[in-house]
Amino acid sequence: MATQASRIAGRLMLSPAVVLLFLWMIVPLGMTIYFSFLRFNLLMPGTEEFTGFENYSYFFTDPAFWPALVNTLTLVLGVLVITVVGGVALAVLLDQPMWGQGIVRILVIAPFFVMPSVSALVWKNMLMNPVNGLFAALARALGLQPIDFFASAPLASITAIVAWQWLPFATLILFTAMQSLDREQMEAAEMDGAGPIWRFVHLTLPHLMRAMTVVVLIQTIFLLSVFAEILVTTNGGPGTASTTLTFLVYMQSMLQFDVGLGSAGGIVAVILANIVAIFLMRMIGKNLEA
Amino acid sequence: MTVTFRTLAGASLLVALMGSASAQTTITVATVNNGDMIRMQRLTPAFNALHPDIKVNWVTLEENVLRQRVTTDIASKGGQYDVLTIGNYEVPIWAKQGWLMPLENLGADYDQADLLPQVAQGLTVDGKLHAVPFYAESSMLMYRTDLLAKAGLKMPENPDWDFIADAAAKMTDKSAGIYGICLRGKAGWGENMAFLTSMNNSMGGAWFNMEWKPEFNGAEWKKTLDTYLKLMKEYGPPGSSSNGFNENLALFQTGKCGMWIDATVAASFISDPKESQVADKVGFAPSPVRKGGSNHGNWLWSWNLAIPATTSKAEAAKTFVAWATSPAYTKLVAEKEGIANVPPGTRTSLYKNPDYLKVAPFAEMTLKEIESANTQKPSDQPVPYTGGQFVAIPEFQAIGTAVGQQFSAALAGTSTADQALAAAQALTTREMTRAGYPKK
Amino acid sequence: MAREASKGHKAAVTVLAWGVALLIFFPILWTFLTSFKTEGEAINSHPSFLFFDWTLENYETVNQRSDYLAHFWNSVVISVGSTVLGLIIAVPAAWSMAFVPGKRTKDILMWMLSTKMLPAVGVLVPIYLLARDAGLLDTKTGLVIVLTMVNLPIIVWMLYTYFKEIPGEILEAARMDGATLSSEILYVLTPMAVPGIASTLLLNVILAWNESFWTLNLTAASAAPLTAFIASYSSPEGLFYAKLSAASTMAIAPIMILGWFSQKQLVRGLTFGAVK
Repeated sequence: MATQASRIAGRLMLSPAVVLLFLWMIVPLGMTIYFSFLRFNLLMPGTEEFTGFENYSYFFTDPAFWPALVNTLTLVLGVLVITVVGGVALAVLLDQPMWGQGIVRILVIAPFFVMPSVSALVWKNMLMNPVNGLFAALARALGLQPIDFFASAPLASITAIVAWQWLPFATLILFTAMQSLDREQMEAAEMDGAGPIWRFVHLTLPHLMRAMTVVVLIQTIFLLSVFAEILVTTNGGPGTASTTLTFLVYMQSMLQFDVGLGSAGGIVAVILANIVAIFLMRMIGKNLEA
Repeated sequence: MTVTFRTLAGASLLVALMGSASAQTTITVATVNNGDMIRMQRLTPAFNALHPDIKVNWVTLEENVLRQRVTTDIASKGGQYDVLTIGNYEVPIWAKQGWLMPLENLGADYDQADLLPQVAQGLTVDGKLHAVPFYAESSMLMYRTDLLAKAGLKMPENPDWDFIADAAAKMTDKSAGIYGICLRGKAGWGENMAFLTSMNNSMGGAWFNMEWKPEFNGAEWKKTLDTYLKLMKEYGPPGSSSNGFNENLALFQTGKCGMWIDATVAASFISDPKESQVADKVGFAPSPVRKGGSNHGNWLWSWNLAIPATTSKAEAAKTFVAWATSPAYTKLVAEKEGIANVPPGTRTSLYKNPDYLKVAPFAEMTLKEIESANTQKPSDQPVPYTGGQFVAIPEFQAIGTAVGQQFSAALAGTSTADQALAAAQALTTREMTRAGYPKK
Repeated sequence: MAREASKGHKAAVTVLAWGVALLIFFPILWTFLTSFKTEGEAINSHPSFLFFDWTLENYETVNQRSDYLAHFWNSVVISVGSTVLGLIIAVPAAWSMAFVPGKRTKDILMWMLSTKMLPAVGVLVPIYLLARDAGLLDTKTGLVIVLTMVNLPIIVWMLYTYFKEIPGEILEAARMDGATLSSEILYVLTPMAVPGIASTLLLNVILAWNESFWTLNLTAASAAPLTAFIASYSSPEGLFYAKLSAASTMAIAPIMILGWFSQKQLVRGLTFGAVK
């Protein structure tokens, strides 16, 4: 169908986006790679010199590196599991006939509109604070000892906050996908005596598979760079208990102002993110083609 | 019709903007969201009344965010700000890099000689002021007189750490939500490490020996950390590992703390009945010493206004800086907000003002602590650095924060004191080696 | 009997759904309520839900301290500007990928998405230096450019999956009738794609509105949006829950109202090709 002319036109129309994105990627990336081989501290200008792989070896031997890697994966996986499972449950629930569905939907999607820094501030101070927070007040009312969330379970607390922000997104996409579920097939299965659990496992879940993949892909992209929530709540601590790779790179380049080290960390983070990306793309590519 | 209207509105807005641009100089002031600075921002109209040709844009941020933004900008010569709010830690380091404009001739009525010498000294490089103090503080012990009396104790003139532990134990009543002592636990070189470094100084310890080797494996740090952890775990409020100055202030103001060792500037907030529920029940004492020791470890910190060397609006910036730190500003605040609320710790004249001394029961102790803060020789041991609650080298903020993380983890209970000290020793050694210490 | 059961079922579902929805919404509701309390009331150890003395003093304080309208306007310009600019670049690209796919179209799409994985903190210094040299620090233009690039991959992908659902025969028919490429896009494709474009627009306005790394790091005063506004209310001295709540409410209200009013639009196009 595509003629020569439309193919050329197609190229022309595609090229601005490709060229711009390529520049957006390659220029900072090139500079970052260059910086990563320099001894370069913003606080000490004029001392820049080539150091080879020193920054990299320093980054890998940082005692916070492995915990950060594990924390990153824990956070991403934790949020993904909560949002996908919760999203499916909510999508199924919202799909049932009920009174006031419109308002329920509005309430459920609301957290998605909240800025990450605002939600972190609100959760940290007004809800989870062990002295003045609402949860502490509830615990005291029940005669329990208030939990110090950010000291005793920092990563889990951050995971909960981030999951709260992304649950609406997963719910929205999965709910949209529910709309195209084949109702006749459902009813036929019901006639045949299939229970709700059988119908959910054999009809609903497979139908939602693609939507779930999309949720996983998009959220992973955003979750790998979760930052404001950590900065506001725990600052990566206590110790390194809630330091992720992104946060570690931030600490090095913006707190120590060690641009060389931060750049090396940035490059490592890019490589790791791309490994995750390739893995995801494979999965998605397969799922989206089918 | 709407289109015409919008075009007209747009055009007139443009004209207005251009009109004002030619007549006015706009300066961007970056500052911390502390109470005194917010007051300064609120008083901008008074500045504009004097200088209608200068428009002030405010960037008010939380301390750590501000520090990161301002440092990035000045180090990369971004030129986004014309006036910076920075601490006495940054001033000498940045001045030596040539990043700050020397401040001279601040006006006839500025009275530079009136600045407290201890404070001015920290801002002077090569004989010239490179920043002017907005407010300054030391550290001291603040306590609830009613709770202390109830515990059957009397505050000694120079309390030591044993007394603090005893008093904390007797004041604590967890069922009533009263915790004997509140201290900083939030990780950061300007948060928990400011307190712990001072406390360690009072214990006779130091950060580095003369060869720049870290001292975390020494007996003093062990004693410091053990005492601190015991106090906080047994008598401190829950969540203390994420409490910084502001969180503790809120706790004290709502009557949840028996004692609190922190910045002297807090005194005016906890004695202000509008903000504090315990305003009439607070007492002040010097920072604790070790038994038999004389080093209080009390720190000296000042928030200062400085002008980056890159600014193109030096004159306007200087006018503003001089206004905000002048005796006239003190007078203005006194008139509009009450004399107890003037920025403390910068001028000798304030502590001779009988009106101030009458409403500020903490004035005498504040002055005493500031004047006795020893920034030149912070430790009882010989050390290669100056400072106090910090070590005055550029690397300190990174190292201090990393060590602070370890100590915060020990407070949260995820590691032991020994583990935290060993980690601190290892990471400090690592960072100092990377930075090339000892420097020839 | 079936009717009875379904009514009982409906009631049960309603109760459950409302319960869950209120639980999810609660933090926002709590913030909203707290913004009308006094500072003392806000940290009361026996928190009251509705029965307190409602006050507007926090909003007054916040308005006195910051120029809300200026921040709000910056947020509007930056989020709408970057989304519109992104759409202008992305519509032709997505069109071309959907209707004139080449061998590498899929790879290009995946590569575009992968550029989003570049951790922003790792490239802050290079971008900062570039923005400085281009004179774009603390300008709305600079932020519009950066956010356009940040969200472009998502925009292209959303549009691509949406365009792909449009049957190619329609375009062919139009072409037979002698439609030029531009009229084909303008009169045939665009009307069919409006729901998709609308939801792309909405989603990206929301993402750009809430973006809080670049907006905070590349601005000082004149281009600072609401993300910077809220940054000045985190942990000031003394009691601040009520003021924080008021500032938070002001920062999120506009986008939440927009989102609520347009949620049907948003949902309709938010498929990312997941629906077949």
